[in-house]
Amino acid sequence: MELKPNEKLNIKELLKDIENYRPKRRGWHWREGVGEKRQIGKFEYYDTSENLKQSQPLPASKYFENIDPQPQPVITTEIASGRFEDDIRRMRMAAWHGADHLMVIRTAGQSHFESLIEGTPQGVGGIPISRKQVRAQRKALDLIEEEVGRPINYHSYVSGVAGPEIAVMFAEEGVNGAHQDPQYNVLYRNINMIRSFVDAAEAKKVMTWADIAQIDGAHNANATAREAWKVMPELMVQHAINSIFSVKVGMKKGNICLSTVPPTAPPAPSMRLDLPYAVALRDLFKEYRMRAQQNTKYMESSAREATVTHVLNLLISQLTSADIQSTITPDEGRNVPWHIYNIEATDTAKQVFNGLDGLMSMVQLKRNDSELGDMVRELKERAILFMEEMLEIGGYFKAVQEGFFVDSGYYPERNGDGIVRKIDGGVGEGTVYERDQDYMAPVTAHFGYNNVAQYGEEYVENPSKLIGGSTLEDPDKIIFIDELDESDNVNVRLEEVKDLIGTTKLKPEMEWLGDGIILLTMFLPTDVRTAEFAALEIAKKMNLHDCEVIHKEIMQEAEGTRIELKGKVDFSIDTSELVIPPKPEEMSDDQIREDIEEKPMRVVAATVGEDEHSVGIREIIDIKHGGIEKYGIECHILGTSVSVEKLVDAAIEINADAILTSTIISHDDIHYKNMKKLHQYAIERGVRDKMIFIAGGTQVSNEMAVANGMDAGFGRGTKGSHVATFLVKKRREMANED
Amino acid sequence: MKRADDFQERRKHLADLSEEQLEAKFWELAEKLVDPIVDLGYKNTSPSIERSVLLRMGFSSVEAKSIVDNAIDRGLIGKGAGQIVYKLADKKGISIREAGLLLVEGDSWDEVKPLFEGGAK
Repeated sequence: MELKPNEKLNIKELLKDIENYRPKRRGWHWREGVGEKRQIGKFEYYDTSENLKQSQPLPASKYFENIDPQPQPVITTEIASGRFEDDIRRMRMAAWHGADHLMVIRTAGQSHFESLIEGTPQGVGGIPISRKQVRAQRKALDLIEEEVGRPINYHSYVSGVAGPEIAVMFAEEGVNGAHQDPQYNVLYRNINMIRSFVDAAEAKKVMTWADIAQIDGAHNANATAREAWKVMPELMVQHAINSIFSVKVGMKKGNICLSTVPPTAPPAPSMRLDLPYAVALRDLFKEYRMRAQQNTKYMESSAREATVTHVLNLLISQLTSADIQSTITPDEGRNVPWHIYNIEATDTAKQVFNGLDGLMSMVQLKRNDSELGDMVRELKERAILFMEEMLEIGGYFKAVQEGFFVDSGYYPERNGDGIVRKIDGGVGEGTVYERDQDYMAPVTAHFGYNNVAQYGEEYVENPSKLIGGSTLEDPDKIIFIDELDESDNVNVRLEEVKDLIGTTKLKPEMEWLGDGIILLTMFLPTDVRTAEFAALEIAKKMNLHDCEVIHKEIMQEAEGTRIELKGKVDFSIDTSELVIPPKPEEMSDDQIREDIEEKPMRVVAATVGEDEHSVGIREIIDIKHGGIEKYGIECHILGTSVSVEKLVDAAIEINADAILTSTIISHDDIHYKNMKKLHQYAIERGVRDKMIFIAGGTQVSNEMAVANGMDAGFGRGTKGSHVATFLVKKRREMANED
Repeated sequence: MKRADDFQERRKHLADLSEEQLEAKFWELAEKLVDPIVDLGYKNTSPSIERSVLLRMGFSSVEAKSIVDNAIDRGLIGKGAGQIVYKLADKKGISIREAGLLLVEGDSWDEVKPLFEGGAK
């Protein structure tokens, strides 16, 4: 199976023979070519990595020879639609925009599930992480990475009460990154702390074997604490506990990534609070990797506001460092992220890093004798004091029991509102068993006491030799379960949307194929509460269903409200029945310029009849608007409401190559009547065959303009380049006729 | 527990430390906190760890869960679920997979207990 840029990824084809698929490679991949200067297009870049083979550049790249510089950090996007088959299509789009760390969120509730989940059931806010889904997604990414020309890291979660099994399955299936932090289980999933840490040791050992990069869970304290900036000392403690625990289990520091979030957001003076924290963390953890996450704590439903906060977060990454730059979709404050927002978030990171390229060659952080230096020092000391007190009262477990964590006080201040968990409480309490003296496990990547020696010293280094190799050495031993639920699986879901796959039927979509969701933006000149309900009524009249206002913003209490509303359409359209006019021809800027340089061109232009609307003609002519002047075409604008006689006479006088007219007013077909008049007068003066006649305007169609004697008509959406292309081609054509 | 910010008082013993000494202290404390937890992981096992061992031995998640639940019920989990399967296969002269499936079906658990008697404890 191979992907072609102009063909959709075929999910059914992908799932064929999935039971026998083996991942192409194992282990985390960092971007290549980092740390070297690179010429891309007209610029030299200081902070990029190797270019992609194929990609979708930023919109403005067309002004810069379509370059698509790839920043240094791995860029993450998190995908969570609940249907892995739809997530795969989104992954491909994200990869084309420059994401190379595709993180799949788990369905709600999986962390309390004592076993692997099998098959392809639909999830809520994520997918149930099962072997089949992981394998299918890894298989898809193996194809997509070939297509874009850069290895893609696939990532999910090794947590909950099935952590070690999930780690084994990830190792077998070629997963490259995973969240693993027992503190997350304890604090946020109320899993028993003893069980959580015992499991974590095994899971980390397996991840180490598979060279899986680990991300911790400390950032959740940010998202949970009432005043996020006050938990900064504790965050450093959480990072330290998971990091050093991982090292002691055997994981290399270069695979241990700290999940760190700038704690605040505007209108707080966020840079002044967030930057010292970022610096302190990178000081203490210089041997580890930074996974810079973006702030979610203060996210509301404004995608604009979220994006600005995230741009500031990216600035911190540039001012300090980021090995992995995670992104948060700007719609996360509204709903489960949509396709388009994963792309927006990825592009935001790429765009900002492109723009900040080389910044640090010009600026420097003021570390000595400065407010920054003092704050960095203070944060480190507060974190140390935190750990000293933990040890004083009896260690980590006791500290959790005493509510040390996620307290909203700025330690050593305490507000008594931390999360309290009991050593003998929580999910999975009482399920940890002491290993007997003859305990044995004949497998690879097993942590802890293992009395293999009782079967012979030769097995101690490699216990799996006892069974002729484990699945990690011999993947053919893996037992693949296809589906366990006949009604909740991918085959059933694909059957439901079969009309939309490989046919000419088309429906709008935000999350899932055929979901029919569209987004409406409107301004309503009324107060916010009235606007919300008015918008719902408007949507109803538009025949949308399942409508919901997902964003409202007051412009002024009385004057009006901005509303964004989502709703569903239940129809599809047939693209084979669409009348799609041919694309206007467009020569490249350089080709047009070359032609004009060789043979200069002169045009006269005006709005004709009683028409004072000169915006359109300026748009087409004015160099400021990208009009035809920029190609060196000499333009004489005669003004507005010019008579056709005057226009033609002027053209004759200056020996123009073409006449351009513009008409906005179309009442009683006056625009076409004027074209006809122009045509006839030009015949009378004997110049109709010598000049090019073009008419433009919002209500003008090419067909009607030609029918009324013009050489071409240009309607709404026309750009200077379209008109210039026509002028150049038409002139060549006329020259050939002569 | 509620407490006002007494940072200035508490930090006195840190005030004279250099940046390097401070960072060294940070990591020394972190190690002290996790050492006993690593030890806990070294000496203990859990249902998930044992299921993960069985996955690596070539069993499905459904089979692994059945074997581990049975081993816990019979007080044998401290031996290691993998070892139970290994010993049964060895005794009966059958493959690891065959032995595990016998345990999933529930037939051979009576044969398992004697395998661990008289040996090292």
